[in-house]
Amino acid sequence: MKDIKKVLVLGSGALKIGEAGEFDYSGSQAIKALKEEGIEVVLVNPNIATIQTSKILADRVYFLPVNPDFVEKIIDKERPDGIFLSFGGQTALNCGLDLFNQGILKRYNVQVLGTPVSTIELTEDRQAFADHLHKLDISTPVSKPAYNTKDALAIAQELGYPVMVRSGFSLGGQGSGIAKSEKELKDISDRAFSFVKQILVEKYLHHYKEVEYEVVRDKFDNCVTVCNMENMDPLGIHTGESIVIAPSQTLTNYEYHSLRSIAIKIVRSLNVVGECNVQFALNPKPQTVDDPEKIPFEYYVIEMNARLSRSSALASKATGYPLAYVAAKLALGKNLTELKNKVTKTTQFCFEPALDYLTVKIPRWDLNKFKKAENTIGSSMKSVGEVMGMGRTFEEAFQKAIRMLDLDFEGVIHESLFKDDDQIKEQLKRPTPNRMFAIAHALIIGITVEEIYELTGIDPWFLYRIDNIVQQEKALKFKKKLTKEILLSLKQIGTSDKRIGSLTNKTGLEIRELRKNYGIVPAILQIDTLAGEFPAQTNYLYLTYNANHYDVKPLKNKGVIVLGSGPYRIGSSVEFDWTSVTTVMRLKDHDKKSIVINCNPETVSTDYDISDRLYFEELTFERIADIYDFEKSYGIIVSMGGQTPNNRAKALKAYGAPLLGTDPDNIDRAENRTRFSALLDELEITQPPWDSFTTVTKAMSFSKKVGFPVLIRPSYVLSGQSMKICHSEKELRDFLGEVASISQEYPVTISKFVEDAKEIEVDCVAEKGIVKALVVSEHIEHAGVHSGDATVAQPAQRIYLETLRKIRLITKSIAKELAITGPFNIQCLAKGNNVAIIEVNLRASRTFPFISKVIGTNLIEMATDAFFGKNIKPLNGNISDLDFVAVKAAQFSFARIAGADPTLGVEMASTGEVACFGDDVEEAFLKAELSVGVKIPKKGVFISIGGEVNKYKFLEEAINYLFSLDLPIFATDKTAKFLHRYGIPVKRVYKLYETKTPNVIDYFKSGKIDLVINIPDQDVERAINDGYLIRRAAIDNNLAVFTNQQKAILFLKAITEKKIETLPIKAWDEYK
Amino acid sequence: MNATLQLKDGITLEAESFGAPVSTSGEVVFSTGMMGYPEGLTDPSFKGQILVLTYPLVGNYGVPNKNLWEADRLMVSGLIVSNYIDTPSHFQSQNSLAKWFKNEKLPLIQIKDTRGLTQHIREKGSLLGKISINKPIGYYDPNKENLVKQVSIKNISYLPSTNKKAKTILLLDCGAKRNIINSLRKRNVSVIVAPWDFDPFTKKGESKIEEITGSKKHFDGLFISNGPGDPTFVTKTITTIKKSMDLKIPTMGICLGHQLLTLAAGGETTKLRYGHRSQNQPCIMEGSPRCYITTQNHGFAVNDIPSNFKKWFTNANDGTNEGIIHTKLPFMSVQFHPEATPGPYDTEWLFDFYLEKIKS
Ligand SMILES: Nc1ncnc2c1ncn2[C@@H]1O[C@H](COP(=O)(O)OP(=O)(O)O)[C@@H](O)[C@H]1O
Ligand SMILES: Nc1ncnc2c1ncn2[C@@H]1O[C@H](COP(=O)(O)OP(=O)(O)O)[C@@H](O)[C@H]1O
Ligand SMILES: [Mg+2]
Ligand SMILES: [Mg+2]
Repeated sequence: MKDIKKVLVLGSGALKIGEAGEFDYSGSQAIKALKEEGIEVVLVNPNIATIQTSKILADRVYFLPVNPDFVEKIIDKERPDGIFLSFGGQTALNCGLDLFNQGILKRYNVQVLGTPVSTIELTEDRQAFADHLHKLDISTPVSKPAYNTKDALAIAQELGYPVMVRSGFSLGGQGSGIAKSEKELKDISDRAFSFVKQILVEKYLHHYKEVEYEVVRDKFDNCVTVCNMENMDPLGIHTGESIVIAPSQTLTNYEYHSLRSIAIKIVRSLNVVGECNVQFALNPKPQTVDDPEKIPFEYYVIEMNARLSRSSALASKATGYPLAYVAAKLALGKNLTELKNKVTKTTQFCFEPALDYLTVKIPRWDLNKFKKAENTIGSSMKSVGEVMGMGRTFEEAFQKAIRMLDLDFEGVIHESLFKDDDQIKEQLKRPTPNRMFAIAHALIIGITVEEIYELTGIDPWFLYRIDNIVQQEKALKFKKKLTKEILLSLKQIGTSDKRIGSLTNKTGLEIRELRKNYGIVPAILQIDTLAGEFPAQTNYLYLTYNANHYDVKPLKNKGVIVLGSGPYRIGSSVEFDWTSVTTVMRLKDHDKKSIVINCNPETVSTDYDISDRLYFEELTFERIADIYDFEKSYGIIVSMGGQTPNNRAKALKAYGAPLLGTDPDNIDRAENRTRFSALLDELEITQPPWDSFTTVTKAMSFSKKVGFPVLIRPSYVLSGQSMKICHSEKELRDFLGEVASISQEYPVTISKFVEDAKEIEVDCVAEKGIVKALVVSEHIEHAGVHSGDATVAQPAQRIYLETLRKIRLITKSIAKELAITGPFNIQCLAKGNNVAIIEVNLRASRTFPFISKVIGTNLIEMATDAFFGKNIKPLNGNISDLDFVAVKAAQFSFARIAGADPTLGVEMASTGEVACFGDDVEEAFLKAELSVGVKIPKKGVFISIGGEVNKYKFLEEAINYLFSLDLPIFATDKTAKFLHRYGIPVKRVYKLYETKTPNVIDYFKSGKIDLVINIPDQDVERAINDGYLIRRAAIDNNLAVFTNQQKAILFLKAITEKKIETLPIKAWDEYK
Repeated sequence: MNATLQLKDGITLEAESFGAPVSTSGEVVFSTGMMGYPEGLTDPSFKGQILVLTYPLVGNYGVPNKNLWEADRLMVSGLIVSNYIDTPSHFQSQNSLAKWFKNEKLPLIQIKDTRGLTQHIREKGSLLGKISINKPIGYYDPNKENLVKQVSIKNISYLPSTNKKAKTILLLDCGAKRNIINSLRKRNVSVIVAPWDFDPFTKKGESKIEEITGSKKHFDGLFISNGPGDPTFVTKTITTIKKSMDLKIPTMGICLGHQLLTLAAGGETTKLRYGHRSQNQPCIMEGSPRCYITTQNHGFAVNDIPSNFKKWFTNANDGTNEGIIHTKLPFMSVQFHPEATPGPYDTEWLFDFYLEKIKS
């Protein structure tokens, strides 16, 4: 190996379904491991909200797309000695393969560190991998590769339906699916071939167990399996969608170790150096054999991922074994035995952790954020985040995890979820995110374990554990007194105080009181990797009622608790991990020990070497209070982890816990709509007119008075999104009638929806009511696109000085009135020079990492200093004076969610974000769009603009770009005529309802179009439906789709003004 | 049913009983292995010991048929778990764990804080303890007597290979796990399984072998199994090993067999503070960059390597000896369990390594 002095690390870009926060964790650990060796690190990752792209880690960061075009130029500029491909998910891996195959790595003499490229290629090509395994006498499901749909159909004919379709070089089960018929196969196959060249059609293995192993190997051939994990859900439900238990529960020694040996054999045969994951299918009822010496055993290898993965992040957190860190060291040629176990600090890393607890991972879905999305789960990922519960009974870990989801479930039993007992079997057969509740419900209504097993394929072992919860809760109904024994037993199966209270007509606090009187408090135990065999120095902790001692002593006044963000979800993800971690780091400056509470295994904040103490725990009031009772900390910070911790402020204050920052009553004044409105009136600040209503009639007359469109926020919805814009009386009436309840109990809030307004974001830090930092950024899209989905420019480009002045005044008066200390964020609308406020968040907002990294001042550090009353120095100078522009763009994962409509609205739908820098908005925006996977069109552009007014508005700005685009333009009937009228050459294509060929979708499929601009007109029903089919087809054909006018125009402008070849390649530190 | 666990240093813990309502006493030890309780509980090396399993859930996959056990009965004196699972689920399960313990008249108790107990044992070293259910019971120290006698087979037996030309291994059963025999047989050798005190080098021994094998041919290699307790009590086996080595017969020992071979060759053993009982012990092969993950179950260890032997394996966690090998002759032994069950099969190759020595 040549002398490695400088390493290029590829990140994974924006968070998306199937590739999320776990890669911030693995990348960060890899960088740490490299830095320890004195190696210079260059990182490419446009995901600005990550910790790995912070100053504290890499030496140099490029906020640029992780694709061969850009990375080649970075290599040319930086001349690294080596490159890490396996720490940035599939994105980095695929980019690395391209760089290798194009000869770029060779040309620049860049060595791939760790697992060789040949191995990566082999494992990504599903057929080649299967062939390799067969040579080793290892079994894989019967399958054949197909390169087009026709072949796929022929193979299925041979195998017999149902068949499983899987595609190579992808992840998160993209393009995969179970086809029960020819038609289903055709659909899946067509969709898959829009993304990949090869699919595998294979025998569908019904209700097999799915088991995974995380394997580590060094170049000396030392090889260990750090963790095995059992999916509670059977094969057929992607591991990322499954409830996963570590270690496995229902495998015998023979099964466990046979699979382990096979995993190791595969890994050795492929010369993996670093970490990888092997997935198996295991038959729970194999054919018995006559020979008594032979143990029945039937397994298949599903796949191997020759890189760090979602599972490896989970395994790291489940065991305390830092897989990414170790993998990075091994890639540098270290021997496993050289690496000291960072948990015990006495032993080394060539071992397999022994757990004396178990962990349960549950994914978090947000399917109702997607219009028209299917609610079922299967072999392709739809979840957006995950949580992990730890405990010493399955029930405890499981019910903890359910609460960690932060979806208002107190446990596995949820009375009001299934009103209709008849449909429960249907629920069990077609798994949805709610399947675990369906199981509990089924047990309650007397469906047997055997029957549930037949329907779900979930091993009876798990069903019996759930039944234990059901039975204990049931028994409680017949008990007169809540004795110590009963209460303790309920706590040992993870029942919350609140749940026990609701079963016994008491409040959670009363139960808390009672149990403390009985002396029932949770034990605090260490995750020590060796099950207590050696004394451990570890600060990695969890709570359990299945033990009764403390492994650690409280930090008392030295400690400050920082509440993390909980599961990643739409609206709250890695940005709040960045804010939490930044706060934790800053606490050192105030001579405090940091205590993190968080439950999300994908995060960096749950890395035990980040904080002085890590509680991998629930962010419920009960649990935070338990930890506070023990730690007696100096203070608790609730404003750095997004909305979840913020929501705990009130209860914690009432409990008497000292909170750092703004007073919870003032938080409430900002969050409670009525109180907030009164506050704005008092300060004479404008807000869009709004009110609350309990009857349809009153709602209607208000809406007519302020004029449509209006924005509705119901307090209870049956399904689907909770906010909606209604454009007409009819729409409002339909919505209130069908989707949302309106009643005394469930009032509906209606605001005037301000059209064509600019949306402006203000991020601030204040101390004792005095604003110390105030940064304004601007949305590209007009208001009506959720701020999380919007494209944001910093510094603001097109805001009048007068507007800015008003915003400053408003901000100051709000900060003063609410006596804010810490971070806060204001969202406002501007039209002309009128400014109206939509909301104020008295916490760090999504944009804090972006803003901080762009302006070069860390607002979170400032805010943390403010907590300690240091009279912080105000942010000086006019930050709008930056010589560059940064643009933050949203990453959408619509392709993952079958059926979802990709239009943008007031409900957030993006799963991640990136930000790029440039000399002007167009440059930064173009880089950002390229970073989220949009490609510059080379073939043809399809345009369809709904409504006369929209057409004019669009053309007014876009006409010049359309002329200079130099690509064929396609349009549907009216848009075509309209464009034609203005002399733009355009080819008309048919809409679907015209039932003539070739229609739009035929064009999409034929590959003549690679950019779709479809601006829907809200008013026309049929057009919406046709438009929906067009948009969806565009997504399914892997085409770039723009549905927002302002964004589409900016994109056209950018691609006509900029050439990808000449975009400057500059590192973050070169923008000053 | 209620039970109490008492440790000799004065600690008393309340427990819930799931097994037979009988009291028991012995040395309290813990094992951190997460897999394979049926195999573990039938490992004769546990004779005289009350076992604490640190993995909290026990009973999950029930109890398989006898032929999958490591001996024909439970070997622990009692079992302590954190969360007993009475609803096993596995196609091989024929019984629940509790029923097994009831059938074999042994106690199985649940205390919640097995981690606390483990830490206590770790700090104090292995302790004597007793489980009392219904009847009181006194303490019992298994390390004061020859436990091997209690677990070794009574009668010699012969397991011929189907291959006529196969070599023959004499296995001295000091409490052998079944998979040692299986691991040898799988490799196409004939195995004579003899009681611990069988001496093949006497006239009587020779004729016994002839009687059961039907052949005048003696045996090609000696194998000494694992077993319970203090090796210094097992003098008869030590004498046999000495004779075998004098005759330069390829000899291999596992676990207790490792300690006995050491003693036979003039080395020394000692009692560890709380032993190694787990399936994740890393052992480095001396003079190589290789480290193996092994299963272990022992309270005594080799602390002085006999002359003409060299270190073969060393524990990467605490530096204790894990194996020795003669510098010239085919004598070797390891502290860990290459036969696994429970645990990883990573060192299974040692059987091949040893059998190679016999062939050459
Ligand atoms: N032959 C099969 N029968 C049934 N389910 C399968 C089969 N092959 C794969 N699956 C399911 O599909 C999921 C995704 O397949 P996998 O190859 O792991 O894709 P990815 O690389 O996207 O993770 C698996 O987790 C498994 O649940
Ligand atoms: N009165 C309004 N007029 C126009 N757009 C609005 C109005 N209120 C909200 N919006 C739009 O809806 C989005 C979401 O509303 P907001 O109240 O900020 O919800 P959230 O609490 O989910 O962030 C905003 O980002 C903005 O684009
Ligand atoms: Mg994969
Ligand atoms: Mg997979």
